[in-house]
Amino acid sequence: MEIVLQDLTMRFPGRDRKKKEDVVAVDHFTFTVPDGKLIALLGPSGCGKSTTLNLISGLLVPTEGKIFFGKEDVTRLAPEHRGIGLVFQNYALYPHLTVRQNILFPLENRKGKDRLSKAEMNAKAEEVARLVQIDPLMDRRPGELSGGQQQRVAIARALVKEPKVLLLDEPLSNLDARLRLQTRDEIRRIQRETGITTIFVTHDQDEAMSISDMIVVMKDGVVQQTGKPQEVYDSPANLFVAKFLGTPPINVFEGLIRDGGLYIGDDRVMDGITGTGHEPGPAAGKPKGAALQPRDVWVGIRPEGFRLCPDGPLTCALNGVEVMGRDISVLSRNASSVNPTVRSIISTENRVDTSSPTVRFALRPDKVFLFDRESEDRLMVKLADA
Amino acid sequence: MNMAKGRFGNLKGWLYLLPAVLFLGAFLVYPLIDVFIYSFEEGYNFTSQTYYGVGIYNYSYVLHDPYFLQAVKNTFILVIITVPVSTGLALLISVALHSIKRFRNLLQTIYFLPYVTNTLAVGLVFMILFKKTAYSDGMINLLINFFGGTSVDFIDGPYWAKMMVLCIYTIWVVMPFKILILTGALASVNEDYYKAARVDGTSKSRIFWRITLPMISPMIFYLVITGFIGAFKAYSDVVALFGTDLNAAEMNTIVGYVYDMLYGDSGGYPSYASAAAILLFVIILTITCINLLVSRRAQR
Repeated sequence: MEIVLQDLTMRFPGRDRKKKEDVVAVDHFTFTVPDGKLIALLGPSGCGKSTTLNLISGLLVPTEGKIFFGKEDVTRLAPEHRGIGLVFQNYALYPHLTVRQNILFPLENRKGKDRLSKAEMNAKAEEVARLVQIDPLMDRRPGELSGGQQQRVAIARALVKEPKVLLLDEPLSNLDARLRLQTRDEIRRIQRETGITTIFVTHDQDEAMSISDMIVVMKDGVVQQTGKPQEVYDSPANLFVAKFLGTPPINVFEGLIRDGGLYIGDDRVMDGITGTGHEPGPAAGKPKGAALQPRDVWVGIRPEGFRLCPDGPLTCALNGVEVMGRDISVLSRNASSVNPTVRSIISTENRVDTSSPTVRFALRPDKVFLFDRESEDRLMVKLADA
Repeated sequence: MNMAKGRFGNLKGWLYLLPAVLFLGAFLVYPLIDVFIYSFEEGYNFTSQTYYGVGIYNYSYVLHDPYFLQAVKNTFILVIITVPVSTGLALLISVALHSIKRFRNLLQTIYFLPYVTNTLAVGLVFMILFKKTAYSDGMINLLINFFGGTSVDFIDGPYWAKMMVLCIYTIWVVMPFKILILTGALASVNEDYYKAARVDGTSKSRIFWRITLPMISPMIFYLVITGFIGAFKAYSDVVALFGTDLNAAEMNTIVGYVYDMLYGDSGGYPSYASAAAILLFVIILTITCINLLVSRRAQR
């Protein structure tokens, strides 16, 4: 089922007695979730992603905007009539009921002709339990299960009523690192097998990138960028998105565009800058090829955008090297860098001369992004090696 | 080495416990054992510290004493009526308090007021409400008269009227604490359970019976058990309402009977008092064990 969010806005009355300003948790959110896909709402805490989820679930009613499930306007519909399954961050399993009773709970709520017979209910419970692979644990209490197992029970309880939409609030945040990897693949598998449109909320970009079909990056209630994970990573719309996606994070430098080239400090690191210098959108691609006016910019360089090169244009003071098996992290300093340490990742085939006080890099143009110094929006330019 | 350290650690622990152990031993454990011994010493006399013999005559006397049987009957009626009613009412009020937002704090304070009010002062208020004197029939009787009934003397009148006043009084006095505990318990139930139930379309009554009640059941059992114990030990409330000559008023309780045997008009019978106290102890122990068994089974 397709979910359409139209200008969705949620304001909470301000708590502060001095400032009576409303808090805008979600600000004109417009997005269409395609049928049968797995979507991640991604952002730092307080960005409004959980509020968005609660709006979709119906636990909150938006101040403005509309929500459609398919063709149906569900904006004012009570949660129980929306046909959603919701999995809470802490799972919210009833501790005094067994796994079976927990899974049966939503079915037993039904009344009248919707109510299934005992045998049908049991069969359904068994079926979802098998799907999430907890069928041997049916008669245990939640307290006797591990975090990962509780998570599965919570998903089973959400799935047993055959929802049209599955919503997961920070599904992996209560699990340890190893279980998290396992469980996220599990969520992916369950979503594929059931084909249910699924939206999950997370602050962990790894999680979002690895399993979702599309991600929605949010900040302060405003959608920053939507798209396939790789596309968003390869082409961030602004500095925030660039910084938020990717581990290790992107390196940010103060830069200057001058004479058709890009300078970091005194190093001319890029040549042949062409483009409008405009943000992506309708204005993009108007006058082409014109050299840009000199301007200050933020330069974002992905860790994998560095290449060791003895006569490379970017010179940094070498701090040290971390060998991580698969590849090497070169840690260095640069006066123009915003972060104290510049972290670059290069393959183990390279040898770094650790006795040298400096290290020189060449940059991969497709891993270098320029952002406006003021608005922090991406400047769409073409870059070439210096 | 390890053992020595362990033993030393133990010693230190006992050292910290010593003051409490000493005081409890001297003022609680020793008297308890003493009471137990007294209860078997027949005709013990405080002044001469002598007794005739050892046996179960004290128990036999107490169990055949009509005043004691009256006290047991009164106590049991009080317990059986007030514990369930006060717990149920407290639960009702707590759930209502929990579901409102405005005035919640104000109402919580009002409901808690009886708890910080002196028993005797409250007893006086109840006297004014219920007592019939030569000059006035009391507020409650005025109400009864207004609705066309005839006045009843609740303090010196028929047994049922006195028992009713006592029960109302007891319920009113014990409720604040229960409300306090239950509102706390209700507030500590994670909101997510209710959200989950809402999304699943759970009806209000099912939420209450299947989620709220099981979640706060440990607190309810706690209140029932302490409520039983407290009600079995009722005494001061009765004195506040009916004065000290409780046997004459047919309103004595077991603790009252013990007190009378020790110090009352007919006082000076420590052996009978001890036997009655031990009987009360046995009753409370039995009821508490049953309570614990029931609660453990219910929570499994």
